[in-house]
Formats: sequence, C-alpha cells, structure tokens
Amino acid sequence: MSDSEGETQSELEALFEPQDTVESLTRWERMKQQYDLYIRAPLKVAINDWRTVVGLGLLIMFGLAGTVGVWFTNAPSSGQAPFLLGPFENWAYPLGTDALGRPIHTQLIHATPSMFQMILGGAGIAIGLATLVGLLSGFLRDTLVDRVLMTIADVVITIPGLPLVMVLVAVFQPRNPYVVGVLLGLDAWPALARQIRSQVLSIREEHYVEASRIMGLRTWTILRRDLLGQLTPYIAINAALAARGIIFGSVGLYFIGVLPFNALNWGVMMNMAYESGALNDTAKLHWLIWPMLTIFLLSVSFVLLSQGLDSVFNVRLRARHAQTAGEGDKSASKGKHDNA
Amino acid sequence: MNLNYLIRRLGQAVITFWATVTLTFALYHMMPGGPVESMQNIILQQITTSGGTADLEQIEEMVTLYANIQPDDPVYIQYIDYWRQLLFEFSMGRSFSHQEPVTTLIAERIPWSMFVSVYSLVIGYTASILLGSAMAFKEKSRFDSIMSTIMVSLQSTPYYIVALLLIYSAALQLGWFPTGGRVGTGVEPGFNLEFMTSIIHHAALPILSTSILGISGAISLRGNAIRVLGEDYLRVAELRGLRPSRIATEYVGRNAILPMYTRFMIGIAGVLSSSVILEQIFSYPGMGLLMYNAISIRDYPLLMGTLIIFTSITIIGILIADLTYGYIDPRASGGGGTE
Repeated sequence: MSDSEGETQSELEALFEPQDTVESLTRWERMKQQYDLYIRAPLKVAINDWRTVVGLGLLIMFGLAGTVGVWFTNAPSSGQAPFLLGPFENWAYPLGTDALGRPIHTQLIHATPSMFQMILGGAGIAIGLATLVGLLSGFLRDTLVDRVLMTIADVVITIPGLPLVMVLVAVFQPRNPYVVGVLLGLDAWPALARQIRSQVLSIREEHYVEASRIMGLRTWTILRRDLLGQLTPYIAINAALAARGIIFGSVGLYFIGVLPFNALNWGVMMNMAYESGALNDTAKLHWLIWPMLTIFLLSVSFVLLSQGLDSVFNVRLRARHAQTAGEGDKSASKGKHDNA
Repeated sequence: MNLNYLIRRLGQAVITFWATVTLTFALYHMMPGGPVESMQNIILQQITTSGGTADLEQIEEMVTLYANIQPDDPVYIQYIDYWRQLLFEFSMGRSFSHQEPVTTLIAERIPWSMFVSVYSLVIGYTASILLGSAMAFKEKSRFDSIMSTIMVSLQSTPYYIVALLLIYSAALQLGWFPTGGRVGTGVEPGFNLEFMTSIIHHAALPILSTSILGISGAISLRGNAIRVLGEDYLRVAELRGLRPSRIATEYVGRNAILPMYTRFMIGIAGVLSSSVILEQIFSYPGMGLLMYNAISIRDYPLLMGTLIIFTSITIIGILIADLTYGYIDPRASGGGGTE
C-alpha cells in the first residue's frame, strides 16, 4: 500500500485495466515462475527436511519392490527352499525361509502390490468422501444438507471402526484388495471432512473474500481459487495418515485371520508364524520379525512423510526458498484481480 | 449449559444408536441369499452336530429365535419387531454357538473389556500429557528431538505388534506376566487380595499395549503447550510475578490439556476397536474375543449384538465428554456446534 493519494489512484486504475496491457511477463517467464513456485521451492524445502527425505526414500523403495521387485523375483511356493533357514545364512535367501520352505524376502515383496492397492482404495475413498462432504457442507452452511452430512459424519465417527469392518467382512467376504481397502477407509473420512468444512467456513470470513464478493465474484469462484491452496496440506497429510490406518487395520485383520487368506499379505505371514509358535521357538522367530519390521518401515515412511509435508506446505518457509518469489507473488496477486 | 445444546447432543446420540441398529438389521438382509438362506447352513451344522434333523420350517423358526427376525413378515414389520424386542425385551437374539441369549453373553464380558479400556486410556493419556509438556518446556533441546523420534516410531508401530513384543519379552523371556487369560487358575473370585492382584497381573500387558494408542497425543499436547507458551497473557502473568508453578499448572497446563479432553472420550472408540485384535492375542475373554469367536463361526446374532454394544459404549463416552466439557472449560459451554 502506498501513502500518497495519487499513487493509490493510479494503482486502482491499473487494477481495472484490461489484462494484456498489465501482463508484462512472457510465457517463458511465467512458466519459469510457476516452476519456481510450485516445484523448485517445495522440493528445496522437502530436501532440507530429513523427514521428507527418509519418508520418500522408504516409500520409493517399497514402490520399487512392489513393481520391479515383483517382476524380478519368482512368486514364493512351498518347498522351493530348505525349511526354516535362518536369515543371512544362505545368500539365495537373505532373510531366511519359513516352515513351508518359502523364502521370506519374496513373500514380503509379492505382498507389496496388494498392500498398495488397499492403501489406494482406502485412502482414495477416505479423501474423496471427506473432500466432497467437507466442501458441500461448508458451502451450504446451516442448511438441511449441511446438518444431515455432519450428522452422518458424527455417526460414523462414533461407531468403532474395526468391529464394524469385521461385521462387514463377515457378511460380504471381500477378496479384492481395493474393496478391503475401501471398507477399512470408510471410517477415516469424517474427521477430515470436518476439518475441510471448518476451513471453508473460515475462508468465507476472510477480508479478501469479502472484498472479492463486493467486486461481484461468485462465492464459488472465490472459494475455488482460495480453497485449493489451503486444503492441499490437509488433504496430503491426512492421506498419509489414512494410509497408515489402512496398513494397521488390514494387517491386523489378516493377522487374526478374519480376512480370507487368498492373497499374500504381511499379516498372513505373521499369522502363520504366530500360529506355528514362533514366539516360543527361536528357529521360527525371524519368520515373525521380518513382516513386523516391514510393516513398521512402511508406516514410518507415511508418518515421516505426513510430518515432512507439513513443512513443505508452510508458505513462509517455501517463500524463502523460491528465487522468483518476490516478484512472483506480486504479479500473481495482480493476475488474480485482473482476471476478475 | 443451555438446554438447546443438551437436546442437540442427546438427539445426536439417539440418531447414532438408531443408525447402528438399523445397519445391523439391514446387514441381515444384505447377506447373500438373505437371512434365512445364509443362516440355514450354520443352523443345519449345529443341528447335525447335536445329532438331530430339521426341515425348512423349523429352520425359519430358529432364524426367528436367533436373529429376532420373522422371515415371512413384510420388511417393515420385521424392522419394527426387531426394535421392539431390542428396546422392550432387551433381546438381541440368541447366539448359535453358545446357545444363550446374546444380551447375557455380552453383559458378562463388558466389565472386563471396560476395565482394560479405561485403564489403558488413563495410562496412555497421563503418559502423553507428562511427556508432551516435558517436550514443550524443553523445546528444541536434545530431549525434545530424541522424544520426537521415539514418538514417530511409536506412532508407526501397530498396537498388536507392541502386544507381540511385550508377550515375547515380558511374558515369555522374563516370565513376569502371564501370556493370556484374565485370572489365574484356581484363584477364588471375590473381594480378596489374591483375586485382585491376579486380575491386575493378567490385565497388565493388554493395558500396556493398548495405552500406546493414546501416546500419540503427546505430540498434539506439545503443540498446544508451545502455542500457549507464546501467548501474551503468559507474559503478563510473569510480569505480575506469579510463581512459576502456578503459571505452569493454571495457565499453561489448563489451556494445553483442555483440548485433549474430548479426544480422551472419543479415544474410547479406538480402544474398543483395538480390543477385537488384542483380546485374541492375549486370549483375554472380553467383548473383543467374544466378537472374534463369533466371526470365526459366523455367529451373526452375536456379531451384530457386539457391534451394537460397542457403539453404545462409545456413544455414552462421547455424550459424557460433551456434557461435562462445559463445566471443565467455561469457554466452550453450550457452544462447539460450528466447529
């Protein structure tokens, strides 16, 4: 804001001039700015934070195991190796083998894709439903729709998740990993939906939104522009946490043997090891320990990622790392008003 | 506390209860083949193992007896009847496997599960409040960073893995605790010391592994406390020359802990959820184990009954939290509707 009245006047006039006379950036410069703002600066923040680096690194490792690893290793089959080989004894089977002569490492690798499918299904449904319900009920505040949606959210929060999933599993016997994921993700959406709703409500109260409304913009246009930026952090962080929830839930249900054992899963491995008395038998202990460690590592990667993302989405931190941020911010905000 | 708020909260609880019961009713009908066909095999199995025979009519009668559903009636009458039996006869049907009313079975198990749940909630949240405030007061110290790392690993470890590790180390290797059951064999029940200690001895490991669920609260308490520490009124309090102990408890403590209170009650849903897995690992005969056993033999009436009770306990917990929160935090009295 300037002090003299004349400058304010000219600034105001500039505000209402047609776009092409104000826009001085070439397409290339614009692209560079966008790249700096949305790719380079977040990456720099991410790299400076060890949590994001470790979390992403682990996740990429799991991703490779679930895609390339599955191609390069044979699916485990009973009796393909000596029984109950300890870890690091034979380098053909670095993690050892189980009581049926299946190598542990290929079992872990071949269980990865279905785990990711479950995570995708579960986190997908949780985030999708949460965004839809949160936005709808935020826009339609204090209407019947809002009240109904929030009541449904409260009902779902109250019903204990795992017992509900167990009843659903007992009735429907799902085998498809996506379906299992969706069932597990069903109780994860209400908390995020409430967060998104209160974001929508608080953005509505901001001064600049008031200003845009006076300028004649539709509420929907304003919210769409401002919401996306403000909601991405919530969505990303909650997606990572929902993923952790899906891992805990699905492995737990496979472990106690409630879900049908049609697929390889780390929980199934744990179940077989535990049932055969791995806790009492040192020769079988590694059969139980490796899947536990794998679950821990995948969860750690999601927890670290959720914490690291928190700092990536911290706008101030990001502005410090962006080269063109100073000019970029100005012209970006101008651009916004010009479009109006 | 205004009346409007009270009514809204009670209404919420009623709607949740209605939704759960309706869901269980709907699930009977959504079973592949409907309630009769899906339960036919299980009942037939029961009958043949006990050495009898049955025709379809008899089976339909048994479905009526077990699931509180009259398969021949129109659906809406079935629905009303289902409710009538639940509300006025406290009947949730009969268990296939135990040959006893579901209500009796569950009533016997509730105290044990509640015992474990309440203690693990209390222990988990006490630990998280102590740790969280210690981390906040020593922010950016080595203690803080070490504790934060430990918190990340605790958050990444499922409670059932904690349970397995505890059984392995504290029960099998060190022999300090029993690996399962809820009371020692040959211990006489009643208000005697031996019985009490035996109960605590057996519940210790389940409580410890469930309390891990509450410990992640330490992170949020740390955040709350750090935010409060930066407030102006805290500086004013310091300038007024108040004793540091008073500032710590009345200013920082109170404002940082209050937001945790509702979490504590909602935590009941999480703890009860975990019991279906944990009680199986510890073979601790509570409601979770009852549900687990019900699922392995498709004992649908028992399964639906445990779901209804699990939800009811959570509803009551959240209701208590909502209605008492106003007394504990004057700022929130009667409000909270827009959040």
